[in-house]
Formats: sequence, structure tokens, C-alpha cells
Amino acid sequence: MAIKAIIKTGKYYDSVALMIMAQKINRLHESLNSAVVMATTENKSILKNAGLYLDEFEKTTDADLIIVAEASDQQIIKKAMDKADELLCAFDKSSNDSVDFLPKSLEGAIEQMPQANLALISVAGKYATSEAKKALANGLNVMLFSDNVSLEDEIELKKIGAKKGLLVMGPDCGTAIINGVPLAFANVVNRGNIGVVAASGTGLQSVTTLISNNGGGISQAVGTGGRDIKEQVGGTTFLQALAMLKSDPNTEVILLVSKPPHPSVLDKIGALVKTIDKKVVALFLGASSEQVESLGMIAADTLEEAAYLALEHCGKFSEAALCDFKANKLAEFEGLQQTVIQLSRQLKPQQKYLRALFSGGTYSYEAQLLASSYLPDLYSAAPVEGVNKLKDVHRSEKHTIIDLGEDEFTAGRPHPMIDFSLRNQRIIQEAQDPSVAVILLDLVLGHGANLSPLDELVPTIEKAQDLCKQQSRLLPIICSVTGTDNDPQIKAQVVTALTKLQVVVAPSNAKALKLALSVLKGGK
Amino acid sequence: MNNLFDSPLNVVNIGLKSFHETLTKAGVSSVQVDWKPPVEIDHTLKDKIDNYKGEINKANQQALERVLNSKPSLVGMDIAKNVIPGMQDNLILHSGPPITWEKMCGPMRGGVMAALIYEGMASDEQTAIALAASGKIKFAPCHHHSTVGPMAGIVSASMPVFIIENEEYKNRAYCTMNEGLGKVLRYGAYGADVIKKLKWMESDLYPALKRAIAKLKKIDLKNIIAQALHMGDEVHNRNRAGTSLLYRQLAPAIVQTTDNSSVVAEVLSFINGNDHFFLNLSMPACKASLDAARGVKNSSLVTVMSRNGTEFGIQLSATGDEWFTAEAPVPDALFFPGYSKEDANPDIGDSSITETNGLGGFAIAASPAIVQFVGGTTSDAINYTLAMYEISIAENNMYQIPYLNFRGTPTGIDVIKVVEKNVLPFIDTGVAHKKPGIGQVGAGVLSAPMDPFKKAYTGFADKL
Repeated sequence: MAIKAIIKTGKYYDSVALMIMAQKINRLHESLNSAVVMATTENKSILKNAGLYLDEFEKTTDADLIIVAEASDQQIIKKAMDKADELLCAFDKSSNDSVDFLPKSLEGAIEQMPQANLALISVAGKYATSEAKKALANGLNVMLFSDNVSLEDEIELKKIGAKKGLLVMGPDCGTAIINGVPLAFANVVNRGNIGVVAASGTGLQSVTTLISNNGGGISQAVGTGGRDIKEQVGGTTFLQALAMLKSDPNTEVILLVSKPPHPSVLDKIGALVKTIDKKVVALFLGASSEQVESLGMIAADTLEEAAYLALEHCGKFSEAALCDFKANKLAEFEGLQQTVIQLSRQLKPQQKYLRALFSGGTYSYEAQLLASSYLPDLYSAAPVEGVNKLKDVHRSEKHTIIDLGEDEFTAGRPHPMIDFSLRNQRIIQEAQDPSVAVILLDLVLGHGANLSPLDELVPTIEKAQDLCKQQSRLLPIICSVTGTDNDPQIKAQVVTALTKLQVVVAPSNAKALKLALSVLKGGK
Repeated sequence: MNNLFDSPLNVVNIGLKSFHETLTKAGVSSVQVDWKPPVEIDHTLKDKIDNYKGEINKANQQALERVLNSKPSLVGMDIAKNVIPGMQDNLILHSGPPITWEKMCGPMRGGVMAALIYEGMASDEQTAIALAASGKIKFAPCHHHSTVGPMAGIVSASMPVFIIENEEYKNRAYCTMNEGLGKVLRYGAYGADVIKKLKWMESDLYPALKRAIAKLKKIDLKNIIAQALHMGDEVHNRNRAGTSLLYRQLAPAIVQTTDNSSVVAEVLSFINGNDHFFLNLSMPACKASLDAARGVKNSSLVTVMSRNGTEFGIQLSATGDEWFTAEAPVPDALFFPGYSKEDANPDIGDSSITETNGLGGFAIAASPAIVQFVGGTTSDAINYTLAMYEISIAENNMYQIPYLNFRGTPTGIDVIKVVEKNVLPFIDTGVAHKKPGIGQVGAGVLSAPMDPFKKAYTGFADKL
């Protein structure tokens, strides 16, 4: 193997732009392993782990750009370096094309837009706190997309925000819909009278799209970041957002989504809910319904149920319409169930196991909760109670549910909602395993997600199906699609294309899991 | 109560550009920040500065007011040792922060040699070098003597100088006459023709100008600079309009006060033939204005940015005469045919006093004729000026940029903003050959180095 690197000084590129560049470079040749990164300490350690570290990187600093490529011969490396140059030039050009002046700082931006009321911050975690502080000091609400922000910083920022009456959404807040505007990774949903507070990004996307696709609409959807409901943070943002929805005249029903909050936080939520003269539906994934109901909330067990309960209470359905709606949903599901039972009858006896490969963390969590009581031999990289931990996250055991958005998988590459390559490899890996009975997937659409999901997923599914066909096996694939027809990827088109491939497209993650369980049961 | 839900969303996007693009496509008002990682600074310093924000802002307003209220006028000429405070026969002034003969770059050494030959203290290159190295000659920055000089900035005792008075605060600044382009002392040339020209300037040009200025009593430089900006100068790399405006005032007075018509013709055609003649007036005009803002307690205003071809140094209002220095960078430039960056000396000259006063690179949007130096399009030039507002304390009340709806030029560099925003002052500059005796090889632009500003930030915080 040959390896070569170029170091460029004095230029800064955001990490996503660079990761997409590296992805494009790696596609040039199978043997090619390349990285394009700013020379931060973190990135250098990633390079070390990837075997792409050279001594000449020792003296580089945060402000340097490293391009490194390893391949079977020099010719390929040269191609990779040329491609890197081409991509960087194209990026510079697209940045310089705008004649519009870009302010160099938050203060400069505010001077340009004095009415600014929200800062959307997605710079690397170690810089994010100080940008967020500046935003708060200038009276802006903050959506902190960045991760790797310390818990201490989060607590401090939220204290400042609460004192000033400003929202601090995040850190690690991937999605929100404010005043009908999808922010960061969000779907284009109808506006309406359901207000959402979610400490879960996938959860927020899931309920907002389900509501929108089934005749309802969203007034506001506030993401809080996953740690907000922990004891130390105290649910600061969650409670602030809930209070804002309480007094928002356009919100009639409130929907709360998170993992179970810390008891002290749950108490505070309950106390606030008692003062709210609106229906509050709550999905605290894994919490007991009695506890939630005792605090004056309507308890839901799954994301799908949460969405439907919110719809049910939003006053948009007449009772008759609601009955029809439920009946239709039932009919739709029964149809799908028939399909999977048909499929399961064609399985070989050794095809016994579920392999669920998620890109949405909450989907993985929800699926584990739903499956754990049925599947004793269930494994995961991030197991919930009652689920076994995988010895090697890259190798499935028996029934396996994994979230490819976990840190173990994403180091140095874009999130699996953007970059499908790792999950595609894993799909092929599972397809080669004769003990697999069904593959369960999610596909999340919307802004920020991969804009051409079919281009990546369809060839992979076809290849997986071919592999199984060669071994005279059938491989049922079940997939839920999170999105709307107004999303840039257009949900209906995606569903049609997947259905054409004999993929069973489920209306929700919970239904997809149920269908998968049906495959397992029917196959016995 | 937070009214976010009741008001239209207006987003400042810091980070992933795609978020901004999505918002813009959806018709949501969004501003993308051209973000860079910040300079690493000691947090205790930043906290201290943050605690003093109120005092610092007040001090900066006060310092800046003094810059803006300044009224620099050309009031006369004289020989350096007669007027420059502390000037002596064995003293040679140079540009930039203090430096020894040993550490001087090629062009500055060449300039020193030219001055020693000009003063009759040395007869040739060899004797000049020996004398300069002997310790008998003292060197000091122009800035220590209320003086500024372009490029090598060499001033010796018998050189004629312009006298600029700040009529508001009565402080004065001094500068030699501009020799024109080509092989000239300020770029380190010291040949016979260089000395011959300097001697003519002393014998013919200086007396004629001195008489004319005396007749006019004064020439309002602030007024000429303001007009020149409207006519396409930024008064650093382009001084064509300023020179023309000056010429219109001087010409009748020269004709009236100099009898010898061939001298009149020579003097007028010399000024007419040198587009940079006004540079040696715009610089001391800026110097006189900024010196008025020296020594304001708690002010982080930059009063000097200057280079000696080896080091780049700055001074702040609150820290007085203390220099904060680091290695001078080599400019990106357009080179004269036959030369390249290989030949270029690191940045040199006091002329960045114009940027310190919100002109030059800070006002490049006013000067479309020289956008070749900054990437070739007017929008490049405009974006450079717009970026400089981010590190400036205020907008000028007198100097304006027509293209920006006559917005005042970004004036008064704040070292805190430079460091905390990681936005560096943008400087127009000429480029000298790194060897003595050759002269100018190009012109271009550069960003100031960060280190002097980081050091000044520390020095400033320590003094709070």
C-alpha cells in the first residue's frame, strides 16, 4: 500500500463539507482510504486510528487542512489528490460566487440583520459554547446543532438562557420547526395546532411527519437536546418550551417526546402541566403509563401512538372521522401483515433472526423496547434494559438492533442519514448471513438528510436480494420512511420505488417492528 | 416572556452553509456568518477584558473622537534637524518598530547607506556599511519622533520634511518628500542617480514648495483626503487624485513664488509625474490624527501599525509607547516583470498608518482602479472594506466611500475585536526587493500577522 499527504495552511472548511469530499474521493477506487480533515487534535487521533497518520502531521495546527490518501498504488493516490484539489476548488468557487458580503462574526451578522432572533450554531463543539454565549448576550434564541459540548457548558448556557427568557435548543439538537420553518434536519410539515417539545431528534421528526401526513399540523416543534431531561440540566429548555406552548394561542394540543426524564424533572413537568389548560400527550419512551397519567398527561407507548393521540385530541377529527381513520389504518396494516406472512412462509428453516439497522437513534431505542419482551436473544450496541450488549458492534449476533448514528460508527464520517455507505455495507453483510430472516430499516427524509436516498439504497437492496437469490433464499426487507411529500426527496416517490423492490414499507417504526416480528413468528 | 413564536424568524447561521441555503430557499431571512475558529487566548485575559467592557467602550469612544476631531493641515517645510523633535546629526530614523543595524533587512540597509552618502558621512557603499555598523550612528523608529516614512522610512538630519499640524490638538507630524517610483531611497536604492535626485529635491524642489506653502499659509489635508476618496484613491496604494488636488493648490503659488521658470517647470512636472507624491502627506496626516489619541487609559484603539522589513509592530492607545511585535510577513503581490515572490522583502514601511486611520486597505472599496491587487473584481474590494468594519470602533465622519452610499470609512482598529473575531487588518502595500540597491519589485496586499495583536491583547489586559 502507498500513502501520501498534502497539508494546506490558512483555509478553513466545515467538517461536513470535508467529510462529503472524502466520501467522494473514496468512491474513486476500492482500495482507496482517504481523509480530508482540519488538523485538530481530535481529527489527528481519528487519523491515527484509521492508520492514516504520518509524522509530518505533528507540527500541524487547528488551522491546517490535511488531505491524506492510502491506496494500492501511486496512480490511484494521484487520482485521489487531483480529485481533492478539484473538490476544494469547486467548494471555494461556490463560496466566492456570491457577491454578497458575509459577515465574519455573530456581531457583524446582527449589524446586518438587527431583527435577528435565532442563532443556528453548528460549528465544532469546542467553539460552539462561546458562539452560543455571544448569541444569548445579544438577545438571540439559540439552536445548538453542535455536539461534543460539555455538560457543564450546557448547564451554564441554559442558565443564561433561562435568566434572559431565551431558548437554548441543544446541544446536539438536530431538528426543530419554529414558526413553520424547518431548522437543520427537519421535514416540511403542515402548520397546525399541535405543539411539540422533544428531547429526541428522530422522535420529533417522526411525530411531526406522522401528524402532518394524517391531516394534522404543527404549530411549533422545539428540540431540547437529549441531555436536557437529565437531573443536572433539570429540563430547563423542556420546561421553557412547554411554558411557551402553554401561552401560544396557535397551539391547542401539546405533545411531549423523550426518553424517561429524571424523576425530579418529571415532577417539574407534571407541576407545569397541571397549570396548562390544553391537552398534553406525552411519550416518555419506556416510562409507565400510570405514572405519566397520574401527572395529568395522556400517555402514549410509541411514537406512532403519540402522534395519533395528539391528532385525536386536536379537535380536527369528528368522532365518526376518527373511527374511519382508525379503521383505515387497521385495514392498511392488515394488508401489510398478510404480505409479510406470505413472505415468511417462503423462508428457510435456518432463517431465524432479525437484523434492524437504524439511522435514527430513537427508532433503535423504540424498537428495542418493543422487541425485548418477544426476543430473548436480542443484542444491541447500545442496549436498553433486558437487551444484551454486542461484543463487536460491527458483527451482529442472533437478533440484533443497532443505531448507525452511534459514535462508534460515525467517527470521522457524516451521520448515516447523510452518508449511507456504512449501512449499505452492513446490509450486504447481513444478506450474506443465512440465519437472517428479516432486515428492518428506517429511512429519514427531509432537509439535511441525503437528498438522493434512492440512488444509494436501491442498488444496495438489489445487490442484497441478488446475493440471497443465488443461495435460493428470500430476504424480506421492511422499512419505515419518515418524511412528507413536501420534503425535497418527496416521500411518495421514495415509497413507490421501495415497494417496487418488494420492500415492505411500513407506516411507522412501531408498525415496521411489528411486521418484522410477524415475519419471525410466521417463519417458525 | 420569549416572543419567538409571535415574530418572523430571522436566523443568524454559524456553521454548516447548507442550513442557510435551505432557509434562504424557503424564503426565511437568514445571514450566514463566514466563521473561522477563534484565536486561542488565555481565558483569564478574556474574562478580565469582559469585566471592563463598559470602561473600555467609553475609553475607545473618547480616543476615537480625538481621531475624528483631528484636523491635519500642511503648514510648512523645514530641514529635519530643525523641526523633528530629538533629531540629531548622527541619528537615522527608520520605519517600523526599533531595530539594530545587524537585524535590518536589505532595503532598509540600502536606505541607511543612501542617507549616509547623502549626508556626506560616507563616500560609497563600503564606507557607508562600515559606518552604519560602527556604532557611531544611532537608529530610531520614525514613530518615536512624530514622523512617518514609507518603505524603509529613512530620515536623516539634513533632509527636508513636510510639517503637518493637527489644528485641533496642536500636535505635529513630519514626513520627507516622495521621490517617485523606480530606484529610490525608500526602497533601498543608493546609487549615484538616487543621491543626485535627493540633492535636487533639497536644492530646488524643497525651497520652491516651502515658499509656495508659506504663501498659501496652509493646505487642508483632511479635505484633500476626503475628496480623493470620492475620486478613486484610498490614499495608500493610489494617490493619483490626491496628488492632482494638491497640485491644483500648489501650482499657482509655486509660479508666484519661484522666479526661475525652468525650476518652476521642473518642480511642477516632478509632482505631476509622481502619482504617489501625496502619499507623503496622507501618511503624516494620519499620523497626526492618531497621535492625538495616544495614552487614553483603557482604550484598546490601535494607534500604530508599522513594519521595518523584519518585524511588524503595533502600539495601542492605553499602552502608550510599548511595541508589540512579530515577524513581518511577505506580501502577496503583483510583481513587476522579471521579479517574483522569491525576490520580495518581508513587509516594510510606516505607510500602514493609513490603514490604522481607516484608509488604504480599509477604504479599498473607494478605489476600484486598483482592485487588481485584491482579486480583480470590485466586489472583492467591497468585501474587504466591509470586513474591516467588524474590527473598527466606528465609521469616519469625514472620509466616505461613495459606492457604499457614502458610508464613513471603518476607522479605529480595536485590538479586542481583531483577536476575538480572528479578523486581521487588511493592508495595501508596495514590495521592495530583499537586496539593497534594487528598489521596488511589485505592489499588493496582505493581512497583518496575528501575533502582534495577540501580544497587544495580553499587554492591554495586563494594564487594565
